[in-house]
Amino acid sequence: MGLKQRQKTADPQTPPADPAPRRRGHRRRRPKDDSAAAYLFLAPWFLGLVFITIGPILASLYFSFTDYSLIGDPRWAGFDNYLAMLEDERLHSSLLVTFQYVFVSVPLQLGMALALAMILDRGVRGLPIYRSVYYLPSLLGSSVAVAILWRQIFGAEGLINSFLGSFGIDAPGWVSHPDYALGTLVILNVWTFGAPMVIFLAGLRQIPAMYYEAARVDGASPMKRFLHITVPLLTPIIFFNLVLQMINAFQTFTQAFIVSGGTGGPSDSTLFYTLYLYQQGFGSFDMGYASAMAWLLLVIVAGFTAVNFLASKYWVFYGD
Amino acid sequence: MVTKSASRKPTAPARRAKAPNGSSHSVRDHRRRFFTHLGLIAFAVVMLYPLLWMLSSSFKPTTEIFRGPGLIPDGLMVDNYTEGWTALPFPFHHYLINSAIVVAGSIIGNLVACSLAAYAFARLEFRGKKLFFAIMLGTIMLPIHVVIVPQYILFSNLGWINTYLPLIVPKLLATDGFFIFLMVQFIRGLPKDLDEAARIDGCGHLGIFARVILPLSMPALATTAIFTFIWTWNDFLSQLIFLTDPEMYTVPLALRAFVDSQSQTSWGPLFAMSIVALGPIFGFFLAGQRYLVRGIATTGIK
Repeated sequence: MGLKQRQKTADPQTPPADPAPRRRGHRRRRPKDDSAAAYLFLAPWFLGLVFITIGPILASLYFSFTDYSLIGDPRWAGFDNYLAMLEDERLHSSLLVTFQYVFVSVPLQLGMALALAMILDRGVRGLPIYRSVYYLPSLLGSSVAVAILWRQIFGAEGLINSFLGSFGIDAPGWVSHPDYALGTLVILNVWTFGAPMVIFLAGLRQIPAMYYEAARVDGASPMKRFLHITVPLLTPIIFFNLVLQMINAFQTFTQAFIVSGGTGGPSDSTLFYTLYLYQQGFGSFDMGYASAMAWLLLVIVAGFTAVNFLASKYWVFYGD
Repeated sequence: MVTKSASRKPTAPARRAKAPNGSSHSVRDHRRRFFTHLGLIAFAVVMLYPLLWMLSSSFKPTTEIFRGPGLIPDGLMVDNYTEGWTALPFPFHHYLINSAIVVAGSIIGNLVACSLAAYAFARLEFRGKKLFFAIMLGTIMLPIHVVIVPQYILFSNLGWINTYLPLIVPKLLATDGFFIFLMVQFIRGLPKDLDEAARIDGCGHLGIFARVILPLSMPALATTAIFTFIWTWNDFLSQLIFLTDPEMYTVPLALRAFVDSQSQTSWGPLFAMSIVALGPIFGFFLAGQRYLVRGIATTGIK
């Protein structure tokens, strides 16, 4: 049927008078406006935006100024929650834990991702297989099952220690030692370098080979080619990965929850900010305090993202 | 993209051709390539070793698990699986089914709602488009912790706690901006002539969307479905908050209950159920690799 109609319009006999003015009228109304249809298509999204996203953001702003335990009505408390945060040492230590985690694990993860991407980009045969194998942990890394595995691997009688034991080394239980527990979670995050690696690979593909050819003709060493061609042309991708992985790392929850059994222990060494927020909101049902914490998190994440964007002017190079 | 990767191809032969005395260089090349592969394979083994070890341990008696890092079990002992399957108040397939319900609802919701929104952003002109698009991108970066407390209060007032509605309804309302963005990018790449042709054939926007855009967007829809599957299957925080009744537990909650209820000596059954929990993700990974890799290369999702 569609075919028949198309034939009709393509017929040279019919079009002369009618379509021309209509098309001209169309042009006058430019930019064309499909608002009614667009709002219909966007209706579910609008509802979600209002009820699931923006409404709750504003509600949490309101709750952050109240004392609210779900029983009874929220009681206005002014800045009490925020003032309490200033003196809450567990909160301070949870911030420190989270910052340490973000600023150690993200650079390591991205460095690993870039290194592997560059090796794989040199025309290695079997690239799709390597890429898939390295990517797999990214899909599994945030699951409870892998967190359980980690808890065993780095446990007192875990895989690492039984391995070290075979060399006669007597090591502590890594996840139960305050100095090492966070490190095991850093390793878990670095292990999931596959997702940024795939993005780096796609970015490396976009760099024209002739740049390298020209540099090689000029006698540039591999190091120089890396520093003066690869890195500058890859900065948008590095930036993209950095922003994304930082936002992800700030929100880490499952791994810390499972590895520490929900406590953030030992000695709060894995008490991530999100875990403490969960404890306050859904353990103690102090919804006002949890909301204030949520707003601080929003400010921190937005702040770091903004700093990233501002700083990007000085180091990110857009080819066009 | 196609042209660029094509322009890239000549590098390897060109590099080889440029070698002044071809033979010795190609030997060095061979050796280098051999060591590259050796390194890559060794690294892959290290990466996958923990997973393989868990798989092998799930077939070992618990006492043998602690004996060492070896990968080969003495035999295929399935006791861990039968024991783990029945260790919790409900048999493990109960939790698998619960997870499947949540996942199916989430996939349907994301596919329908996100594709509708994406069509509007990619193809229609309307007032406030730029602003709404910016807001949509902003929601991608929003930490879920910022909205979870009020969402809990909202859903609890609606009487939705311990139902799957808090997990599924948001998907029906296109709250996963990532997928809208992914589909917008994809639809923008489809030729607009097709829309025009359909319009001339008498299609309205709904017709163009359903008959032209959707069928051509299969790769983006598949990516969305696969990632929704994996994320929802792995999701712990929101299921932990909205589901407190053990009968409603999903797989991640069941695993967590397993950890809490058992002493440290039952690693075998725990690993067995962990393998069961990872199985579907692994299956989807194998089935959808092509889409997964393309999906994250274009939008950077995890």
